[in-house]
This record gives sequence, structure tokens and C-alpha cells, in this order.
Amino acid sequence: MRRPSDLGAARRSRAGSAGVADGTGGPPGEADPWPIFRVMAEDGSADPAAVTLADAELKELYRRMVFSRQLDERMIALQRQGRIGFYIGAIGEEATVLGTAAAMEPADWIFPCYREHAAALLRGMPLPVFLAQMLGNAGDLQFGRQMPCHEAWAPGHFTSISAPIGTQIPQAVGAAWASRIRKEPMVSLVYFGEGATSSNDFHTGLNFAGVHKVPTVFACRNNGWAISLPREKQTASETIAQKAVAYGIAGERVDGNDLLAVHAATRRARARAAAGEGPTLLECVTYRLEGHSTSDDPKAYRPSEAVEPWRKKDPIPRLRAHLAGRGLHSDAEEAALQAEVKEEIQKAVRDAEAHAAKPPLESMFEGVYAEMLWQQREQLEEVRAAVAADPRTADPRHHGS
Amino acid sequence: MPTFNIIQAVNDALRLEMRRDPSVVVLGEDVGRFGGVFRATSGLFEEFGPDRAIDTPLAESGIIGTALGMALNGLRPVPEIQFADFIFPAMDQIVSEVAKYRYRSGGQYACPMVIRSPYGGGIRGGSYHSQSPETHFIHTAGLKVVVPATPEDAKGLLLAAIRDPDPVLFLEPKRVYRAAKGEVPEGEHVVPLGQARVTRAGHQVTLIAWGAMWHEADLAAREAEAEGIDTEVLDLRTLQPLDVEAVVRSVTKTGRAVVVHEAPRTCGFGAELAALIQERCFLHLEAPVARVTGFDTPFPYTLENEYLPRAPRILKALRETVAY
Repeated sequence: MRRPSDLGAARRSRAGSAGVADGTGGPPGEADPWPIFRVMAEDGSADPAAVTLADAELKELYRRMVFSRQLDERMIALQRQGRIGFYIGAIGEEATVLGTAAAMEPADWIFPCYREHAAALLRGMPLPVFLAQMLGNAGDLQFGRQMPCHEAWAPGHFTSISAPIGTQIPQAVGAAWASRIRKEPMVSLVYFGEGATSSNDFHTGLNFAGVHKVPTVFACRNNGWAISLPREKQTASETIAQKAVAYGIAGERVDGNDLLAVHAATRRARARAAAGEGPTLLECVTYRLEGHSTSDDPKAYRPSEAVEPWRKKDPIPRLRAHLAGRGLHSDAEEAALQAEVKEEIQKAVRDAEAHAAKPPLESMFEGVYAEMLWQQREQLEEVRAAVAADPRTADPRHHGS
Repeated sequence: MPTFNIIQAVNDALRLEMRRDPSVVVLGEDVGRFGGVFRATSGLFEEFGPDRAIDTPLAESGIIGTALGMALNGLRPVPEIQFADFIFPAMDQIVSEVAKYRYRSGGQYACPMVIRSPYGGGIRGGSYHSQSPETHFIHTAGLKVVVPATPEDAKGLLLAAIRDPDPVLFLEPKRVYRAAKGEVPEGEHVVPLGQARVTRAGHQVTLIAWGAMWHEADLAAREAEAEGIDTEVLDLRTLQPLDVEAVVRSVTKTGRAVVVHEAPRTCGFGAELAALIQERCFLHLEAPVARVTGFDTPFPYTLENEYLPRAPRILKALRETVAY
């Protein structure tokens, strides 16, 4: 971590308080000014003193990473079978999503981007409820009003997802600001990709938070790609983390495929925020192993060879090797875990699909306002009568052209 | 009862509500220590401190974006956009986020707030200190849009807006910010949203206006009376939700309607009013619904009086509609 006032010193210092800095890409003969903080080597080995998670927590997070991967794979399959309309997941980014979310306190708010389903589940969103949102059916708490992967779970302070890029960033600042005004100890965590660092709301969010020392952790999932655009076409900055300097806030670069490092760095950022020392921009360096979503084929813009080195850095086998090396996870436990997760997801999909296909017609008009407006009541009657008079009104197969 | 102008009435409402409800905060550019460029938040910083009268950096999307986060987390923010012309950097936050948050989250979250902003022309403000952007927001489901014309309504409608469970855009007619004066009840004074006001009863023609243009409409109606034209004047006060019953009641009685607004004519709110009137009063109409509006141009500087639908143009429309 570096404060802007540490600029000179940081050129010669390690990145964090524990672990190792991996200086890559810096000019010869000089330490990398923005080294990547790492706790776990790619073979899974780590200095036990740098591990901030208890064994049971670590095993639970490993289970959640496996769960996240299987869930993503299952949802992509459901989309290809035409059972859900769309999917966007986090394959390869599980350590970034879970390491950050798990480092926050239960009262802290999470402002997701749209790949943080594992964080929603971590915050207690029941899997069948999540899946009903994927289906947009009568079991969906959001009444089928949004595309899949736009879940919200207020009981776990997991806010509502939208598609415009970066809008959640100032919102997360406002929520943490409100708690600080009330002298409550809440710290907000907000997710976005490296593409969002080009958005105006990234700028305003970090600037507002910097000026007012708002307790927010800005977690950038730098997965290398914004749909077809590689990171170097997104910003001329060498790193995302260095943008923190311009906002007068702390910045840190962390190996996003190292769950231990992500967790430790987020704990540090949270502690700074809670202590009134202001926000942190945390750049989690990871990689989007699949397409942006089910709507694009990455072969059209990204050679497969570019992905291969990152498949070898997959965060899940890496953490498995770490656990195995410490005697916390056996091959037999792995087989049981994979089977158990598969069964849980299959059962939840069956449960979610058991709901009626559509929420009630009035749900299209309800909830826009606290109470329906007169014209909405009229429009509801109009569409109700139209559907009753001619069922083709609601049949997607009956259309022009 | 004190006599206030609109600025003083807005200030009175904000102070009253901030005393009553500790979750109410104001935020925006220059709204804290300075008290706002129009002085609408004057004295709030001194009374409530920097955590409740908040000076923000100069970015409208940041003002609305942070206000949204505050609203989700239990505050009742009243962000100020210094001029309505500068609201467009915040369009994404308002249209994509504020307006849709309750709906898209299935009611798990809500973000009630009042976005206050001075709007309108006639102050030699040119293209960027004169516009009337109400239609963009009326067209966005999830927002309410309120435009007071008088000091009494400015206070009463603002109190109602802050207590409303939905996000409200509160457009303040800056041309008459100080020129419009009137008695304003002390203390609690709430004017419910969604209720228009008949400010002048008449039988020959209904003249519909709001905000600064209500003052032009009122003048035109008085001038028309001298010519023997009996005009009913309706101040809409709330544009979304519209008091459609008040419109229908009046036009059913008079059989004629003239609509006035500053915004450009094409797709202006007058078009919606004309459509509603022909849908609901067709068999009562004696003349086409007339629109007296700004023109389909950017707001001009030197020629602003020619652009604005001021009383003489309204009077002409009243004569033609009555004579049709």
C-alpha cells in the first residue's frame, strides 16, 4: 500500500506489510513502483505468518470458489440450452470476488458490478432465490424486471445491479458517507472492472471519497478485458492502482488470483477506512478466462494462446494446492466436495424452475412508484384486457417480420 | 404571516424539515458555507454543520450518485443542481439509477430524494442558464416532477416532496425567484403533490401553465378580461403525476384549452396535455388545443423575449382560441 506522500519511499519499499512483492515490468535496475502484493506462490506455498484466514474460513472460501466455478459452468450450460436468457460469470476471478467480500464485516455494504454472484451468496442470498432471478419467473424477488445476473439481496446489504458502467461507484461512496454522518462503523465495498476506470463515475466516486475521506474500498477487478478491449486500450496508465495518487487516496496492487493476498489487502484497506484514514483503490490483477458474457465469442478478438498462461494461474487449483500442502484438503475430500456442490446446484435449479414461468401482470406496473399512478392503473387494465381478448398479445412467436 | 419570495420560502422549508427530520441533508456545489449561488441554502451550514449542509466537488453525477447511496442507507438527501442546464452530466444516475432503483430491486431498496434545481429563462442567461428540461424527467418512469409558481407553493410542495417516498425533481422558477412575493404560512405547511390549483375561475377558455409561465398566464388572463375574454387559469404545480381530473374538469366546462410552457414545442409537455384533452374531452371541444411555447431552438441570449411565451403571445392564443 502506498500513500501519495510515500511516493519516493515506495519506490524502494515492499508493497504490503506481509508477503512478497513481485516486481514485474519495472525498468531495469529499479524496483517496480507498483509491485503486485502476493502471499501465495503459484505452486500454493505461502509463509504461514502472512495468512490472515483461519483454517476453517480458508476451507469455506475454497468451497465457495469451487461452488462459484460450478455455478458459472452450469448457468452457461443452461443459457446454451435456452433455459435462461443470458449469463455473465466470474470464471478465473473467484479469488478476487471472494477474497474481497470475505474480508468485510457483516454490516458493511457491497455494491456489486455484475460478476459478484459469489458475494451475493456469501451474504446469504439463497441459491434458489438467485436462480429464480436468472429465470425471471414467479419466484424472482425482482418480479422478472431485470435480465439474469442483476440480483439484489438487501438482507445481506448486497445492492441492486444495473448495466451502465461505473454508476455504482459514487453510490457506494454515498452509502458509506451516510453511515459516517450517523457515526456508524460501516465501510462500503464497491466492485468494478478495469473498463469502468474510464467512466466519469469512477472519477467522481474516487474524487468525492478522497475529498471527504469516505470509508469505501474500491475493488477493481482488473481482468484484462472489457468485452473485446484489452486493458492497454482502456488506459495509458501502467497500472490501475497508480490512479489513486491523483485522488490523494491509498492504492494497492494485488495478485487477484491469490485468495490469501486479496483477503489480506482488503483487510488492510478496510482497517484504514474504518480508522478514518480514507478510501483505498485496490487493483486486483486477474484474468477473464471466458468471454465477457454468453453473448460474445472471445475467439473473435482474443487469441487462445493469450489465455493459456492464465489458465495455469487459475486461482482454484492454486488454493487447493495450498490447502493440500498444509494437510487441510485431500483428494477424497475434493471428489466429495465437487459431487456435493453439483448436487446442490442441480437441486436448486429444479426448485427454481418449479415456479410459474411469469410473475403476475400487475408486477409490471407496481413498484415504479410507492403507489401506482392513475395512468399506470389505466395501462394495467388496458394490457390485462388486451391479453384476455387475444392471447397472442403475450406470445413471443407471434410477431411481424 | 411573513411575506417571502420563493428563495426565502425554499430556505424556510429546508430549515424546517432539517429541524424536524435528522436524516435530511442538503448537498451540492456551493450549498454549504456559501449558502448556494441563489442563497436557497443560506444559514443551513451554520445551523446544521458540514455533515448536513454538504459542499461537494463540482460534478453533478457525483452529487446525484452519492445522494442515491445516502438515500439507500437511510438519509433523505436534497441534492441541488446549481442550474437545471447542468443536470445532464447526472442523467445516467437519475434515469438509469434513481428512477429505477425501487423497481429493479423488487422493492428491496428505495432512494427517496428531492433534486432541487433552478430552471427557466428570462434572466439573460443564454443557452446554459435558461433551459426547462422537465419533459426528459416526466418521460422517465419512477420520477415525480414538481414546479411551484408561488412562494406559498414553493414551501408547501417542497415539504411534501421531501416527505414523499419517491424521488422528486423539484424545479424552481428562477426568473421569479425574488420577484414573486407572497404570504407564506409559518411552520408546518404541506401542499400535496399531484393537485393542480385553479387560480382564476372562468368559463370561456382554460389556460394551463406552471412555474414562471403561470405568472405570464395570469397576466395574459387579466389582459384578456379587459377584452371580454373569461379565462380559467390552471397552475398544474405537479407535472408527474398530473392532476388529469382538474384538467378534464376545467376543459369540459370551457370547451377550449391553451397550454403554455417555456420548453421547445416538439414533444414538450404541452403535446401530452393536448393528447390527453382530445382523448378525454373530445365531444366538449369547441377549438383545437393551442400551444404557446418556446421554439425548437437552443435557448437564445439576445432574443430571449421573442423566444419566451410571454403574455402578449398567450393573449393572442386566447383570442384566436375563443374566436375559432
